[in-house]
Amino acid sequence: MMTQLLTILAFVLMALGVWGLMSRRHLIRIIIGFSLLDTGVHLLLVAFGYRSEGTAPIIGSGLGAEELVSRAVDPIPSALVLTAIVIGLAVTALMLSFAVRMYARNRSIYIEKNKELKW
Amino acid sequence: MFKRLFSLVLVGALAAAFFPLFAAIGDRADTSSLAGRYLDEGPEALGSANLVTSVIVTYRGLDTLGEVTVLFAASAGIGLVFSRMQPSPATRRTSTNHPPSELVVTGAGLLLPLITLFGIFIFVHGHLTPGGGFQGGVIVASGVLLAFLSGTLKELSHGLLAALELCAGAGYVAVGLLGLWLAGGFLDPRFLPTGEIGALFSGGAIPIIYTLIGIKVGAELSGVIDAMRQRRVSP
Repeated sequence: MMTQLLTILAFVLMALGVWGLMSRRHLIRIIIGFSLLDTGVHLLLVAFGYRSEGTAPIIGSGLGAEELVSRAVDPIPSALVLTAIVIGLAVTALMLSFAVRMYARNRSIYIEKNKELKW
Repeated sequence: MFKRLFSLVLVGALAAAFFPLFAAIGDRADTSSLAGRYLDEGPEALGSANLVTSVIVTYRGLDTLGEVTVLFAASAGIGLVFSRMQPSPATRRTSTNHPPSELVVTGAGLLLPLITLFGIFIFVHGHLTPGGGFQGGVIVASGVLLAFLSGTLKELSHGLLAALELCAGAGYVAVGLLGLWLAGGFLDPRFLPTGEIGALFSGGAIPIIYTLIGIKVGAELSGVIDAMRQRRVSP
């Protein structure tokens, strides 16, 4: 149930992201669309790691070491998503700096004003 | 019009790709066998309370080294993009016309030590609590951003940033090689005693690796903030 709900949410985020990427002309909005797509993918990956009644795989007062196998969620998707978030941050920052550069060059933040990207 | 339609078709294709996934998926009762093994053997083998950290720093340690490299490449790329842009004298003048507000300056004085301390806490306790080197580094860098906004920090020493990054990156690889030499393989943290689960000094070299990652990420993102701050595009 939880996994399905998260899958729907991930789909909504990814669909919004794809729509934003395709239909916007403002560079910053395209980048926001990309970020939404990114977040949707992260959410989907985390949802795959969920198990019913699962909890975070961290040993503490709520979860003893012996309960780990029976109750903790899959730590691998969480680790992958952590990597993906950091890479997403780096890529977003790089895209934003390219956007600043394109604005400085073309004097316009709208993508259709950039002749070099026409195909 | 055609473009709109194309976007709609693309979103529809995404929905079509998702539907079988959605129809087949349910809450799993069990983890995958690999994760089961990590959960079963991880705490005893590594002595780290946070299994996600075990996976990131040890089992998938090489991925994390690659991730740090990608982050470095991105920050170097940002530095390169902005280094070619000269700040125009007109914007220089307007930017000094607006001093930071009283609230920001006073708040920064109160919050800066706390933010920095919190960032360091997050990356030192990466093997015990949620968090770790990347999160702690980002928090430290957000403290640097606040310092810039409040005018507490006027200029960031590039030599210091480069030295921090160099030492942390080289230290990370050196710890990995120590693992290869003294323990089971590259980035194996067990050449130091694994200690008791839940103690600050536990998990072998995991806290050391995460501290180095924290320093590196903090220095890199501070460098990104500095690069973006210095160059402005005249309107």
